[in-house]
Amino acid sequence: MALSQADVLAGIKEIVEEVAGIPAASIELDKNFTEDLEVDSLSMVEVVVACEERFGVKIPDEKVTELATVGDAVNFIVNAAA
Amino acid sequence: MSQRRVVVTGLGVTTPIGGDVATTWKALLAGQSGVRLLTEDWRDLLPVHFAARVATEPADQMERVEMRRLDRSEQFALIASREAWKDAGSPDEIDKERLGVVIASGIGGVITLLDQFDVLKEKGARSVSPHTVPMLMPNGPAANVGLELQAKAGVHTPVSACASGAEAIGYAYEMIKSNRADIIVAGGVEAAIHQLPMAAFGQMKALSTRNDNPAAASRPYDIDRDGFVLGEGGGVLILEEYESAKARGAKIYCEIAGQGLTSDGYHIAAPDPDGAGVQRAIKFALANSGLSTKDIVHLNAHATSTPAGDVAEANALRKALGSDADHVAVSATKSMTGHLLGGAGAIESVFIVKALEERLAPPTINIENLDPAVTVDVVRNTPRALPAGDIAALNDSFGFGGHNVVLAFKTL
Repeated sequence: MALSQADVLAGIKEIVEEVAGIPAASIELDKNFTEDLEVDSLSMVEVVVACEERFGVKIPDEKVTELATVGDAVNFIVNAAA
Repeated sequence: MSQRRVVVTGLGVTTPIGGDVATTWKALLAGQSGVRLLTEDWRDLLPVHFAARVATEPADQMERVEMRRLDRSEQFALIASREAWKDAGSPDEIDKERLGVVIASGIGGVITLLDQFDVLKEKGARSVSPHTVPMLMPNGPAANVGLELQAKAGVHTPVSACASGAEAIGYAYEMIKSNRADIIVAGGVEAAIHQLPMAAFGQMKALSTRNDNPAAASRPYDIDRDGFVLGEGGGVLILEEYESAKARGAKIYCEIAGQGLTSDGYHIAAPDPDGAGVQRAIKFALANSGLSTKDIVHLNAHATSTPAGDVAEANALRKALGSDADHVAVSATKSMTGHLLGGAGAIESVFIVKALEERLAPPTINIENLDPAVTVDVVRNTPRALPAGDIAALNDSFGFGGHNVVLAFKTL
């Protein structure tokens, strides 16, 4: 099922707020997970697994390191679901 | 270098009768029980339907995001440590290389371990929380407190079942005495109210099954006692080298004068009926602290409400203290808090510090008929005043495995 960029962004905002306590309003496409949002490596695993469950996609471990920003994650998930 | 002395400058707890020291102490003096029926569905699958949960849930004392990365035992450690640190005047300016943490747990993050095993079975390996290991490790409570305070003199976790909390305080005392540190956050925590530990303790016939009257179930020294009541929570004391505590103008509660440690070499879970190991621990604690049996006016007993344990302990106290046991006010506060396992020796040490400060021994509740085999002077139902002048008190704690720990506290 195709997912829109807006839907995925909204979902990631909810997940990151739940996992790391970052207010959804401050989560934007250009934010870097580690540097801007201070999501540490353990919490990033939680974010990835929650995204997989929510969007029905697989995010291989070797891809996770390439997902530096929220936008990278949104694009990966939109393409993977297409 | 002159002998270094160790004093108590801060206290913190979260217990089944209060979310902090003030509330807990007030409830203790009032003789309130913290034992209640459990509300979980699994309760009815077990022979025991009650326990002593903390009076204030961690969710009311810390942020949600912080909580979800911490085992419940770690939450208790942070809550009690924050209160104790603040009570000590928040000495954040001290050299972090002289700051240590010794916080024990009897079992560690057992609820996390069991919950994540459920996740593994139901949803698979990829759904297991990446925080599982830091949450289940028994040193997690100490490590999280050490991280928060940036402690660099050493972070430790002695494990000796129900003696763990007292052993942690003794270890911290030694760290200061031996000049490894000037200030230590010391205590013990436990969070094991879950169907597996309760079923397992139940299989040992260690738990009271008084389901029709939970508040009366923990009844140390009563003739009809039938086992302990599982409790949860924790206690923390700030221990400090006397001269440096004085130099920063800290409020000083009392001195930790010494400790005695022995082991029974008798049985993995049953107490030695002669209590020889307990007697030796008391003698060592007195010798180590330069106190005599004449100085002791109060003792917070281990007294868990088990048929064998309470009498073995009371006999050992009588033998070790001799006729001086006649002026020792013995309090069994587990009658109100339940048994916090690795947290027990810690909250009971906090109670001793408060007892010396206010010169009041807390009561023991639920003794309807005192077991005639108990030959010590038990404080029953209402608090008892302690004498004026220089006084001292003991805390004894014992653990499965035959561990005996006795801590000596004195006014100064």
